[in-house]
Amino acid sequence: MRIEKDLVAATATPLVLGILIDGDLYGYAILKRVGELSGGSMQWTDGMLYPLLHRLERLGYVTSRWSSSEAGRRRKHYTITDLGREQLAERQEQWTVVVEALRQVWQADPRPPAAAAAWA
Amino acid sequence: MGFDSDLETQIDLWRGYVLRRQAIATIDAEELEDHLRDQVDDLLATGLDHDEAFLVAIKRLGNLDAVSREFAEEHSDRLWKQLVIVRDDGDDTRTPAWRELAMVLGLALGTGLAVKAGLSWLEGSGGLIRNVGLLVFPFLAAYFGWKRRLTAPVAAALLVSFAALAVLLNVYPFAVDGSTALLAGLHAPVVLWILVGVAYIGGRWRSDARRMDFVRFTGELAIYYTLLALGGAVLVGLTVAVLTAVGVDPEPVLAGWILPIAVPGALVVAAWLVEAKQNVVENIAPVLTRVFTPLTIMMLLAVLAVVATAGGLNAVDRDLLILMDAILVLVQCLLLYSLSARDSLARPGLFDSLQLVLVVVAIAVDAVMLTAMLARITEFGFSPNKIAALGINLLVLVHLVRAAWLTVGFLRGRRPFSALERWQTRFLPAYGVWALVVIMIFPLVFRFA
Repeated sequence: MRIEKDLVAATATPLVLGILIDGDLYGYAILKRVGELSGGSMQWTDGMLYPLLHRLERLGYVTSRWSSSEAGRRRKHYTITDLGREQLAERQEQWTVVVEALRQVWQADPRPPAAAAAWA
Repeated sequence: MGFDSDLETQIDLWRGYVLRRQAIATIDAEELEDHLRDQVDDLLATGLDHDEAFLVAIKRLGNLDAVSREFAEEHSDRLWKQLVIVRDDGDDTRTPAWRELAMVLGLALGTGLAVKAGLSWLEGSGGLIRNVGLLVFPFLAAYFGWKRRLTAPVAAALLVSFAALAVLLNVYPFAVDGSTALLAGLHAPVVLWILVGVAYIGGRWRSDARRMDFVRFTGELAIYYTLLALGGAVLVGLTVAVLTAVGVDPEPVLAGWILPIAVPGALVVAAWLVEAKQNVVENIAPVLTRVFTPLTIMMLLAVLAVVATAGGLNAVDRDLLILMDAILVLVQCLLLYSLSARDSLARPGLFDSLQLVLVVVAIAVDAVMLTAMLARITEFGFSPNKIAALGINLLVLVHLVRAAWLTVGFLRGRRPFSALERWQTRFLPAYGVWALVVIMIFPLVFRFA
Protein backbone atom coordinates (compact mmCIF):
# COMPACT_ATOMS: atom_id res chain seq x y z
CA MET A 1 0.00 0.00 0.00
CA ARG A 2 1.28 3.45 -0.93
CA ILE A 3 0.58 6.31 1.45
CA GLU A 4 -0.66 9.49 -0.18
CA LYS A 5 1.84 12.33 -0.60
CA ASP A 6 -0.02 14.90 1.48
CA LEU A 7 -0.33 12.50 4.38
CA VAL A 8 3.37 11.70 4.25
CA ALA A 9 4.13 15.43 4.30
CA ALA A 10 1.81 16.02 7.26
CA THR A 11 3.36 13.25 9.32
CA ALA A 12 6.98 14.02 8.43
CA THR A 13 7.74 16.45 11.25
CA PRO A 14 6.31 14.43 14.16
CA LEU A 15 7.83 11.28 12.70
CA VAL A 16 11.33 12.73 12.43
CA LEU A 17 11.15 14.35 15.87
CA GLY A 18 9.83 11.10 17.34
CA ILE A 19 12.67 9.11 15.80
CA LEU A 20 15.25 11.58 17.12
CA ILE A 21 13.86 11.19 20.69
CA ASP A 22 15.61 7.81 20.80
CA GLY A 23 19.00 9.38 20.08
CA ASP A 24 21.08 11.31 17.55
CA LEU A 25 20.89 10.12 13.97
CA TYR A 26 22.02 11.20 10.50
CA GLY A 27 19.74 11.62 7.51
CA TYR A 28 20.13 8.23 5.90
CA ALA A 29 19.59 6.45 9.22
CA ILE A 30 16.43 8.48 9.85
CA LEU A 31 15.02 7.40 6.48
CA LYS A 32 15.90 3.77 7.15
CA ARG A 33 14.10 3.97 10.47
CA VAL A 34 11.02 5.45 8.76
CA GLY A 35 11.10 2.55 6.34
CA GLU A 36 11.33 -0.02 9.16
CA LEU A 37 8.56 1.62 11.20
CA SER A 38 6.10 1.69 8.30
CA GLY A 39 7.07 -1.68 6.89
CA GLY A 40 8.34 0.09 3.78
CA SER A 41 5.01 1.63 2.84
CA MET A 42 5.97 5.21 3.64
CA GLN A 43 8.19 6.07 0.74
CA TRP A 44 9.82 9.44 1.00
CA THR A 45 11.68 11.12 -1.75
CA ASP A 46 15.02 10.87 0.03
CA GLY A 47 16.24 14.30 -0.99
CA MET A 48 13.24 15.99 0.59
CA LEU A 49 14.30 14.94 4.07
CA TYR A 50 17.20 17.40 4.14
CA PRO A 51 15.31 20.63 3.54
CA LEU A 52 12.90 19.40 6.23
CA LEU A 53 15.75 18.78 8.68
CA HIS A 54 17.17 22.22 7.92
CA ARG A 55 13.78 23.78 8.56
CA LEU A 56 13.51 22.00 11.90
CA GLU A 57 16.99 23.25 12.72
CA ARG A 58 16.11 26.82 11.84
CA LEU A 59 13.01 26.59 14.03
CA GLY A 60 15.25 25.38 16.84
CA TYR A 61 13.66 21.91 17.18
CA VAL A 62 16.91 20.11 16.37
CA THR A 63 20.59 20.95 16.36
CA SER A 64 23.23 19.41 14.15
CA ARG A 65 26.90 18.62 14.29
CA TRP A 66 29.36 17.11 11.87
CA SER A 67 31.40 14.06 12.78
CA SER A 68 33.08 11.37 10.77
CA SER A 69 31.54 8.03 9.91
CA GLU A 70 33.20 4.60 10.16
CA ALA A 71 34.14 4.94 6.50
CA GLY A 72 35.93 8.21 7.28
CA ARG A 73 33.35 10.44 5.56
CA ARG A 74 32.01 13.59 7.13
CA ARG A 75 28.50 13.02 8.36
CA LYS A 76 25.89 15.36 9.80
CA HIS A 77 24.10 14.17 12.94
CA TYR A 78 20.90 15.67 14.26
CA THR A 79 19.87 15.97 17.93
CA ILE A 80 16.46 16.96 19.24
CA THR A 81 16.33 20.03 21.52
CA ASP A 82 14.05 20.85 24.46
CA LEU A 83 12.01 23.04 22.16
CA GLY A 84 11.74 20.07 19.78
CA ARG A 85 10.50 17.86 22.60
CA GLU A 86 7.83 20.41 23.50
CA GLN A 87 6.83 20.62 19.86
CA LEU A 88 6.64 16.84 19.60
CA ALA A 89 4.43 16.63 22.71
CA GLU A 90 2.10 19.16 21.15
CA ARG A 91 1.96 17.30 17.84
CA GLN A 92 1.32 14.05 19.69
CA GLU A 93 -1.72 15.56 21.37
CA GLN A 94 -3.03 16.82 18.04
CA TRP A 95 -2.52 13.46 16.38
CA THR A 96 -4.17 11.62 19.26
CA VAL A 97 -7.29 13.73 18.74
CA VAL A 98 -7.24 13.15 14.98
CA VAL A 99 -6.68 9.39 15.29
CA GLU A 100 -9.41 9.09 17.92
CA ALA A 101 -11.87 11.00 15.75
CA LEU A 102 -11.08 8.83 12.73
CA ARG A 103 -11.40 5.66 14.81
CA GLN A 104 -14.86 6.68 16.03
CA VAL A 105 -16.06 7.53 12.54
CA TRP A 106 -14.85 4.24 11.17
CA GLN A 107 -16.32 2.24 14.02
CA ALA A 108 -19.74 3.70 13.29
CA ASP A 109 -19.40 2.78 9.60
CA PRO A 110 -16.49 0.39 9.25
CA ARG A 111 -16.04 0.53 5.48
CA PRO A 112 -17.19 2.81 2.68
CA PRO A 113 -19.95 1.07 0.65
CA ALA A 114 -17.85 0.86 -2.53
CA ALA A 115 -15.05 -0.92 -0.73
CA ALA A 116 -17.53 -3.24 0.96
CA ALA A 117 -19.07 -4.13 -2.40
CA ALA A 118 -15.67 -4.83 -3.83
CA TRP A 119 -14.95 -7.20 -0.97
CA ALA A 120 -18.20 -9.05 -1.30
CA MET B 1 33.92 0.46 1.55
CA GLY B 2 35.71 1.82 -1.50
CA PHE B 3 33.83 2.20 -4.76
CA ASP B 4 35.34 1.49 -8.15
CA SER B 5 36.69 4.41 -10.12
CA ASP B 6 33.71 4.48 -12.52
CA LEU B 7 31.34 4.99 -9.66
CA GLU B 8 33.58 7.69 -8.15
CA THR B 9 33.54 9.49 -11.51
CA GLN B 10 29.77 9.28 -11.62
CA ILE B 11 29.47 10.64 -8.10
CA ASP B 12 31.86 13.47 -9.02
CA LEU B 13 29.70 14.35 -12.02
CA TRP B 14 26.58 14.21 -9.88
CA ARG B 15 28.17 16.50 -7.26
CA GLY B 16 29.07 19.05 -9.91
CA TYR B 17 25.53 18.91 -11.18
CA VAL B 18 24.09 19.44 -7.70
CA LEU B 19 26.45 22.30 -6.91
CA ARG B 20 25.27 24.21 -9.93
CA ARG B 21 22.00 24.72 -8.08
CA GLN B 22 22.30 28.03 -6.27
CA ALA B 23 19.99 26.90 -3.52
CA ILE B 24 22.09 23.89 -2.53
CA ALA B 25 25.24 24.96 -0.70
CA THR B 26 28.47 22.94 -0.75
CA ILE B 27 27.84 21.72 2.78
CA ASP B 28 24.36 20.45 1.84
CA ALA B 29 25.77 18.75 -1.23
CA GLU B 30 28.19 16.98 1.08
CA GLU B 31 25.31 15.83 3.26
CA LEU B 32 23.41 14.58 0.21
CA GLU B 33 26.53 12.83 -1.07
CA ASP B 34 26.98 11.02 2.26
CA HIS B 35 23.38 9.88 1.90
CA LEU B 36 23.95 8.77 -1.69
CA ARG B 37 27.04 6.75 -0.74
CA ASP B 38 25.23 5.03 2.14
CA GLN B 39 22.40 4.13 -0.19
CA VAL B 40 24.77 2.80 -2.85
CA ASP B 41 26.59 0.75 -0.18
CA ASP B 42 23.36 -0.85 0.96
CA LEU B 43 22.22 -1.53 -2.60
CA LEU B 44 25.57 -3.12 -3.46
CA ALA B 45 25.14 -5.37 -0.44
CA THR B 46 21.83 -6.63 -1.89
CA GLY B 47 23.67 -7.78 -5.00
CA LEU B 48 23.16 -4.93 -7.49
CA ASP B 49 26.14 -3.97 -9.60
CA HIS B 50 27.72 -0.51 -9.39
CA ASP B 51 25.78 1.11 -12.21
CA GLU B 52 22.45 -0.23 -11.05
CA ALA B 53 23.10 0.78 -7.46
CA PHE B 54 24.03 4.30 -8.51
CA LEU B 55 20.95 4.69 -10.69
CA VAL B 56 18.57 3.43 -8.02
CA ALA B 57 20.18 5.63 -5.37
CA ILE B 58 19.89 8.71 -7.60
CA LYS B 59 16.27 7.86 -8.34
CA ARG B 60 15.43 7.52 -4.65
CA LEU B 61 17.04 10.86 -3.93
CA GLY B 62 14.37 12.38 -6.11
CA ASN B 63 14.06 14.82 -8.95
CA LEU B 64 16.84 17.33 -8.43
CA ASP B 65 14.68 20.24 -9.60
CA ALA B 66 12.04 19.47 -7.01
CA VAL B 67 14.60 18.89 -4.26
CA SER B 68 16.41 22.08 -5.14
CA ARG B 69 13.13 24.01 -5.08
CA GLU B 70 12.51 22.61 -1.61
CA PHE B 71 15.99 23.79 -0.55
CA ALA B 72 15.23 27.16 -2.08
CA GLU B 73 12.08 27.52 0.00
CA GLU B 74 14.03 26.78 3.15
CA HIS B 75 17.16 28.78 2.32
CA SER B 76 15.77 31.74 0.46
CA ASP B 77 18.72 33.84 1.67
CA ARG B 78 21.00 31.84 -0.60
CA LEU B 79 18.81 32.45 -3.57
CA TRP B 80 18.81 36.10 -2.80
CA LYS B 81 21.91 36.32 -4.94
CA GLN B 82 19.91 35.05 -7.78
CA LEU B 83 16.71 36.81 -6.92
CA VAL B 84 14.21 34.52 -8.48
CA ILE B 85 12.97 31.57 -6.52
CA VAL B 86 13.64 28.76 -9.01
CA ARG B 87 11.03 29.33 -11.66
CA ASP B 88 8.93 26.46 -12.85
CA ASP B 89 8.74 27.74 -16.36
CA GLY B 90 12.42 27.91 -17.11
CA ASP B 91 14.41 30.93 -18.13
CA ASP B 92 12.65 31.98 -21.31
CA THR B 93 10.62 34.65 -19.51
CA ARG B 94 13.67 36.64 -18.48
CA THR B 95 13.97 40.10 -19.92
CA PRO B 96 16.96 40.73 -22.15
CA ALA B 97 19.79 42.57 -20.40
CA TRP B 98 19.73 45.57 -22.74
CA ARG B 99 16.09 46.24 -22.06
CA GLU B 100 16.71 46.27 -18.33
CA LEU B 101 19.64 48.63 -18.77
CA ALA B 102 17.52 50.96 -20.89
CA MET B 103 14.78 50.86 -18.26
CA VAL B 104 17.26 51.66 -15.47
CA LEU B 105 18.88 54.54 -17.33
CA GLY B 106 15.46 55.90 -18.29
CA LEU B 107 14.25 55.83 -14.69
CA ALA B 108 17.51 57.32 -13.43
CA LEU B 109 17.19 60.18 -15.90
CA GLY B 110 13.51 60.49 -14.95
CA THR B 111 14.20 60.94 -11.26
CA GLY B 112 17.08 63.31 -12.07
CA LEU B 113 14.83 65.51 -14.20
CA ALA B 114 12.06 65.34 -11.60
CA VAL B 115 14.45 66.59 -8.92
CA LYS B 116 15.76 69.26 -11.29
CA ALA B 117 12.21 70.41 -12.00
CA GLY B 118 11.41 70.33 -8.28
CA LEU B 119 14.47 72.46 -7.58
CA SER B 120 13.36 75.16 -9.98
CA TRP B 121 9.67 75.18 -9.00
CA LEU B 122 9.89 74.74 -5.27
CA GLU B 123 13.03 76.75 -4.71
CA GLY B 124 12.74 78.85 -1.57
CA SER B 125 9.15 77.87 -0.79
CA GLY B 126 10.31 75.38 1.83
CA GLY B 127 8.32 72.70 0.05
CA LEU B 128 11.38 71.07 -1.48
CA ILE B 129 12.50 69.26 1.64
CA ARG B 130 9.02 67.74 2.00
CA ASN B 131 8.84 66.68 -1.62
CA VAL B 132 12.34 65.57 -2.52
CA GLY B 133 11.63 61.98 -1.48
CA LEU B 134 8.50 61.97 -3.63
CA LEU B 135 10.61 62.97 -6.62
CA VAL B 136 13.02 60.04 -6.18
CA PHE B 137 11.48 57.00 -4.51
CA PRO B 138 8.54 56.43 -6.87
CA PHE B 139 11.09 55.90 -9.67
CA LEU B 140 12.84 53.28 -7.60
CA ALA B 141 9.52 51.62 -6.82
CA ALA B 142 8.67 51.73 -10.53
CA TYR B 143 11.87 49.87 -11.35
CA PHE B 144 11.06 47.08 -8.88
CA GLY B 145 7.44 47.08 -9.91
CA TRP B 146 8.56 46.46 -13.49
CA LYS B 147 11.25 43.97 -12.52
CA ARG B 148 9.04 41.92 -10.19
CA ARG B 149 6.01 42.13 -12.50
CA LEU B 150 3.74 43.37 -9.73
CA THR B 151 0.13 42.29 -9.91
CA ALA B 152 -2.34 45.01 -10.79
CA PRO B 153 -3.84 45.32 -7.27
CA VAL B 154 -0.39 45.74 -5.65
CA ALA B 155 0.73 48.24 -8.28
CA ALA B 156 -2.50 50.18 -7.88
CA ALA B 157 -2.18 50.19 -4.09
CA LEU B 158 1.36 51.55 -4.41
CA LEU B 159 0.31 54.25 -6.84
CA VAL B 160 -2.55 55.32 -4.60
CA SER B 161 -0.24 55.39 -1.57
CA PHE B 162 2.34 57.54 -3.33
CA ALA B 163 -0.37 59.88 -4.57
CA ALA B 164 -2.03 60.10 -1.15
CA LEU B 165 1.28 60.96 0.48
CA ALA B 166 2.00 63.59 -2.15
CA VAL B 167 -1.42 65.18 -1.59
CA LEU B 168 -0.98 65.10 2.17
CA LEU B 169 2.44 66.72 2.07
CA ASN B 170 1.32 69.51 -0.22
CA VAL B 171 -2.30 70.23 0.71
CA TYR B 172 -1.73 70.78 4.42
CA PRO B 173 -1.30 74.53 5.03
CA PHE B 174 2.07 74.17 6.79
CA ALA B 175 3.46 77.33 8.38
CA VAL B 176 6.63 78.39 6.55
CA ASP B 177 9.65 77.23 8.55
CA GLY B 178 7.29 75.57 11.05
CA SER B 179 8.48 72.48 12.88
CA THR B 180 5.57 70.28 11.76
CA ALA B 181 6.54 70.97 8.15
CA LEU B 182 10.12 69.98 8.86
CA LEU B 183 9.03 66.89 10.79
CA ALA B 184 6.75 65.81 7.94
CA GLY B 185 9.68 66.25 5.57
CA LEU B 186 11.97 64.17 7.77
CA HIS B 187 9.47 61.37 8.24
CA ALA B 188 8.22 61.15 4.66
CA PRO B 189 11.27 59.15 3.46
CA VAL B 190 10.52 56.43 6.03
CA VAL B 191 7.03 55.90 4.63
CA LEU B 192 8.33 56.19 1.06
CA TRP B 193 11.06 53.67 1.75
CA ILE B 194 8.50 51.20 3.07
CA LEU B 195 6.50 51.65 -0.14
CA VAL B 196 9.68 50.94 -2.13
CA GLY B 197 10.06 47.87 0.06
CA VAL B 198 6.60 46.64 -0.87
CA ALA B 199 7.56 46.96 -4.53
CA TYR B 200 10.92 45.28 -3.89
CA ILE B 201 9.39 42.21 -2.30
CA GLY B 202 6.79 42.02 -5.01
CA GLY B 203 3.88 42.76 -2.69
CA ARG B 204 4.56 39.77 -0.44
CA TRP B 205 4.96 42.01 2.58
CA ARG B 206 3.69 39.43 5.04
CA SER B 207 6.72 37.20 4.55
CA ASP B 208 9.45 37.66 7.17
CA ALA B 209 12.09 36.24 4.86
CA ARG B 210 11.22 38.70 2.10
CA ARG B 211 11.34 41.57 4.56
CA MET B 212 14.80 40.45 5.60
CA ASP B 213 15.75 40.44 1.92
CA PHE B 214 14.69 44.05 1.77
CA VAL B 215 16.79 44.91 4.84
CA ARG B 216 19.75 43.23 3.14
CA PHE B 217 19.02 45.15 -0.04
CA THR B 218 18.90 48.44 1.87
CA GLY B 219 22.33 47.80 3.37
CA GLU B 220 23.86 46.82 0.05
CA LEU B 221 22.28 49.83 -1.62
CA ALA B 222 23.91 52.12 0.92
CA ILE B 223 27.30 50.54 0.15
CA TYR B 224 26.90 50.74 -3.61
CA TYR B 225 25.60 54.29 -3.46
CA THR B 226 28.61 55.33 -1.39
CA LEU B 227 30.96 53.70 -3.88
CA LEU B 228 29.25 55.45 -6.80
CA ALA B 229 29.33 58.75 -4.92
CA LEU B 230 33.04 58.39 -4.22
CA GLY B 231 33.82 57.58 -7.83
CA GLY B 232 31.60 60.40 -9.03
CA ALA B 233 33.24 62.87 -6.66
CA VAL B 234 36.72 61.99 -7.91
CA LEU B 235 35.60 62.33 -11.52
CA VAL B 236 33.85 65.67 -10.95
CA GLY B 237 36.78 66.96 -8.90
CA LEU B 238 39.27 66.20 -11.65
CA THR B 239 37.06 67.68 -14.35
CA VAL B 240 36.52 70.85 -12.33
CA ALA B 241 40.28 71.15 -11.78
CA VAL B 242 41.03 70.80 -15.50
CA LEU B 243 38.28 73.22 -16.57
CA THR B 244 39.30 75.82 -14.01
CA ALA B 245 42.92 75.47 -15.12
CA VAL B 246 41.98 76.38 -18.71
CA GLY B 247 39.82 79.24 -17.50
CA VAL B 248 36.29 77.82 -17.94
CA ASP B 249 33.95 78.14 -14.96
CA PRO B 250 32.18 74.76 -14.58
CA GLU B 251 30.05 75.85 -11.63
CA PRO B 252 26.78 76.79 -13.43
CA VAL B 253 26.54 73.55 -15.39
CA LEU B 254 27.71 71.48 -12.47
CA ALA B 255 25.39 72.90 -9.82
CA GLY B 256 22.56 73.59 -12.25
CA TRP B 257 22.41 70.32 -14.13
CA ILE B 258 24.94 67.61 -13.44
CA LEU B 259 24.57 67.29 -9.65
CA PRO B 260 20.75 67.57 -9.50
CA ILE B 261 20.44 64.84 -12.11
CA ALA B 262 23.35 62.60 -11.14
CA VAL B 263 22.82 62.47 -7.37
CA PRO B 264 19.23 61.07 -7.45
CA GLY B 265 19.88 59.13 -10.67
CA ALA B 266 22.76 57.27 -9.04
CA LEU B 267 20.30 55.84 -6.51
CA VAL B 268 18.38 54.02 -9.24
CA VAL B 269 21.62 52.84 -10.82
CA ALA B 270 22.88 51.64 -7.43
CA ALA B 271 19.64 49.70 -6.92
CA TRP B 272 20.12 48.03 -10.28
CA LEU B 273 23.74 47.18 -9.44
CA VAL B 274 22.66 45.58 -6.18
CA GLU B 275 20.17 43.52 -8.16
CA ALA B 276 22.70 42.50 -10.76
CA LYS B 277 25.86 41.98 -8.77
CA GLN B 278 24.91 40.77 -5.34
CA ASN B 279 27.60 38.14 -5.23
CA VAL B 280 30.33 40.75 -5.15
CA VAL B 281 29.16 42.61 -2.09
CA GLU B 282 27.88 39.62 -0.26
CA ASN B 283 31.40 38.82 0.86
CA ILE B 284 31.91 42.35 2.11
CA ALA B 285 28.75 42.66 4.19
CA PRO B 286 29.71 40.32 7.05
CA VAL B 287 33.18 41.87 7.15
CA LEU B 288 31.81 45.39 7.34
CA THR B 289 29.41 44.54 10.15
CA ARG B 290 32.18 42.79 12.06
CA VAL B 291 34.44 45.82 11.73
CA PHE B 292 31.81 48.36 12.65
CA THR B 293 30.08 46.59 15.53
CA PRO B 294 33.03 46.93 17.97
CA LEU B 295 33.75 50.45 16.71
CA THR B 296 30.14 51.47 17.26
CA ILE B 297 30.23 50.03 20.78
CA MET B 298 33.25 52.21 21.53
CA MET B 299 31.57 55.25 20.02
CA LEU B 300 28.41 54.73 22.06
CA LEU B 301 30.41 54.25 25.26
CA ALA B 302 32.31 57.47 24.57
CA VAL B 303 29.07 59.34 23.90
CA LEU B 304 27.55 57.91 27.05
CA ALA B 305 30.56 58.94 29.14
CA VAL B 306 30.63 62.46 27.70
CA VAL B 307 26.91 63.01 28.17
CA ALA B 308 27.01 61.64 31.71
CA THR B 309 29.91 63.87 32.76
CA ALA B 310 28.76 66.99 30.91
CA GLY B 311 26.67 68.15 33.83
CA GLY B 312 23.04 67.50 34.63
CA LEU B 313 20.71 65.96 32.08
CA ASN B 314 18.95 69.29 31.77
CA ALA B 315 22.07 70.70 30.21
CA VAL B 316 21.66 68.32 27.30
CA ASP B 317 20.44 70.58 24.55
CA ARG B 318 18.12 70.01 21.65
CA ASP B 319 20.70 69.63 18.90
CA LEU B 320 22.51 67.02 20.91
CA LEU B 321 19.28 65.06 21.38
CA ILE B 322 18.64 65.12 17.64
CA LEU B 323 22.19 63.96 16.95
CA MET B 324 21.81 61.13 19.44
CA ASP B 325 18.57 60.12 17.76
CA ALA B 326 20.49 59.88 14.52
CA ILE B 327 23.13 57.73 16.21
CA LEU B 328 20.52 55.37 17.60
CA VAL B 329 18.86 54.99 14.23
CA LEU B 330 22.28 54.22 12.74
CA VAL B 331 22.92 51.60 15.42
CA GLN B 332 19.54 50.07 14.68
CA CYS B 333 20.44 49.89 10.97
CA LEU B 334 23.79 48.30 11.74
CA LEU B 335 22.10 45.69 13.92
CA LEU B 336 19.53 44.84 11.28
CA TYR B 337 22.14 44.69 8.57
CA SER B 338 24.42 42.37 10.51
CA LEU B 339 21.47 40.11 11.30
CA SER B 340 20.57 39.99 7.64
CA ALA B 341 24.14 39.07 6.71
CA ARG B 342 24.33 36.29 9.27
CA ASP B 343 23.85 32.64 8.42
CA SER B 344 20.74 31.79 10.40
CA LEU B 345 21.87 28.23 11.08
CA ALA B 346 25.26 29.17 12.52
CA ARG B 347 25.79 28.53 16.20
CA PRO B 348 25.94 31.39 18.69
CA GLY B 349 29.47 32.77 18.68
CA LEU B 350 31.63 35.57 19.96
CA PHE B 351 30.19 38.01 17.46
CA ASP B 352 26.67 37.39 18.73
CA SER B 353 27.83 38.26 22.25
CA LEU B 354 29.43 41.40 20.87
CA GLN B 355 26.14 42.27 19.25
CA LEU B 356 24.39 41.82 22.57
CA VAL B 357 26.88 44.27 24.09
CA LEU B 358 26.03 46.73 21.33
CA VAL B 359 22.31 46.35 22.00
CA VAL B 360 22.76 46.79 25.74
CA VAL B 361 24.92 49.91 25.32
CA ALA B 362 22.39 51.31 22.87
CA ILE B 363 19.63 50.68 25.42
CA ALA B 364 21.68 52.59 28.01
CA VAL B 365 22.11 55.52 25.61
CA ASP B 366 18.44 55.45 24.79
CA ALA B 367 17.50 55.42 28.47
CA VAL B 368 19.70 58.46 29.12
CA MET B 369 18.09 60.27 26.22
CA LEU B 370 14.58 59.42 27.33
CA THR B 371 15.35 60.79 30.78
CA ALA B 372 16.78 63.97 29.29
CA MET B 373 13.77 64.35 27.06
CA LEU B 374 11.26 63.85 29.82
CA ALA B 375 13.19 66.42 31.86
CA ARG B 376 12.96 68.88 28.97
CA ILE B 377 9.28 68.19 28.47
CA THR B 378 8.46 68.78 32.15
CA GLU B 379 10.52 71.97 32.07
CA PHE B 380 9.48 73.50 28.76
CA GLY B 381 6.22 71.72 27.96
CA PHE B 382 5.27 69.82 24.81
CA SER B 383 6.32 70.69 21.32
CA PRO B 384 5.99 68.75 18.05
CA ASN B 385 9.75 68.17 17.95
CA LYS B 386 9.86 66.74 21.44
CA ILE B 387 6.92 64.40 20.93
CA ALA B 388 8.35 63.19 17.61
CA ALA B 389 11.74 62.51 19.21
CA LEU B 390 10.10 60.87 22.23
CA GLY B 391 8.12 58.59 19.94
CA ILE B 392 11.20 57.46 18.01
CA ASN B 393 13.08 56.83 21.23
CA LEU B 394 10.30 54.78 22.72
CA LEU B 395 10.04 52.70 19.55
CA VAL B 396 13.79 52.12 19.51
CA LEU B 397 13.71 51.21 23.20
CA VAL B 398 10.99 48.59 22.73
CA HIS B 399 12.78 47.24 19.66
CA LEU B 400 16.15 47.00 21.42
CA VAL B 401 14.93 45.60 24.73
CA ARG B 402 13.07 42.76 23.08
CA ALA B 403 16.03 42.14 20.74
CA ALA B 404 18.36 41.95 23.76
CA TRP B 405 16.02 39.51 25.46
CA LEU B 406 15.85 37.27 22.41
CA THR B 407 19.63 37.46 21.88
CA VAL B 408 20.20 36.28 25.46
CA GLY B 409 17.82 33.40 24.79
CA PHE B 410 19.69 32.56 21.60
CA LEU B 411 23.13 32.74 23.24
CA ARG B 412 21.97 30.38 25.98
CA GLY B 413 20.60 27.98 23.42
CA ARG B 414 17.01 28.45 24.56
CA ARG B 415 15.74 30.06 21.38
CA PRO B 416 16.51 29.69 17.71
CA PHE B 417 18.08 32.55 15.82
CA SER B 418 14.93 32.77 13.72
CA ALA B 419 13.00 34.12 16.72
CA LEU B 420 15.34 37.12 16.76
CA GLU B 421 15.10 37.55 12.99
CA ARG B 422 11.33 37.39 13.14
CA TRP B 423 11.12 40.02 15.86
CA GLN B 424 13.42 42.34 13.93
CA THR B 425 11.49 42.13 10.70
CA ARG B 426 8.05 42.21 12.31
CA PHE B 427 8.81 45.36 14.23
CA LEU B 428 9.83 47.34 11.15
CA PRO B 429 6.30 48.43 10.09
CA ALA B 430 5.91 50.11 13.50
CA TYR B 431 8.41 52.76 12.37
CA GLY B 432 6.37 53.34 9.24
CA VAL B 433 3.16 53.71 11.23
CA TRP B 434 4.83 56.19 13.57
CA ALA B 435 6.22 58.18 10.62
CA LEU B 436 2.73 58.28 9.15
CA VAL B 437 1.35 59.56 12.45
CA VAL B 438 3.97 62.33 12.47
CA ILE B 439 3.10 63.28 8.89
CA MET B 440 -0.68 63.03 9.15
CA ILE B 441 -1.72 63.69 12.74
CA PHE B 442 0.96 66.05 14.07
CA PRO B 443 0.16 68.97 11.76
CA LEU B 444 -3.51 68.74 12.73
CA VAL B 445 -2.81 68.52 16.46
CA PHE B 446 -0.25 71.32 16.45
CA ARG B 447 -2.14 73.53 13.99
CA PHE B 448 0.57 73.35 11.31
CA ALA B 449 2.95 75.31 13.54
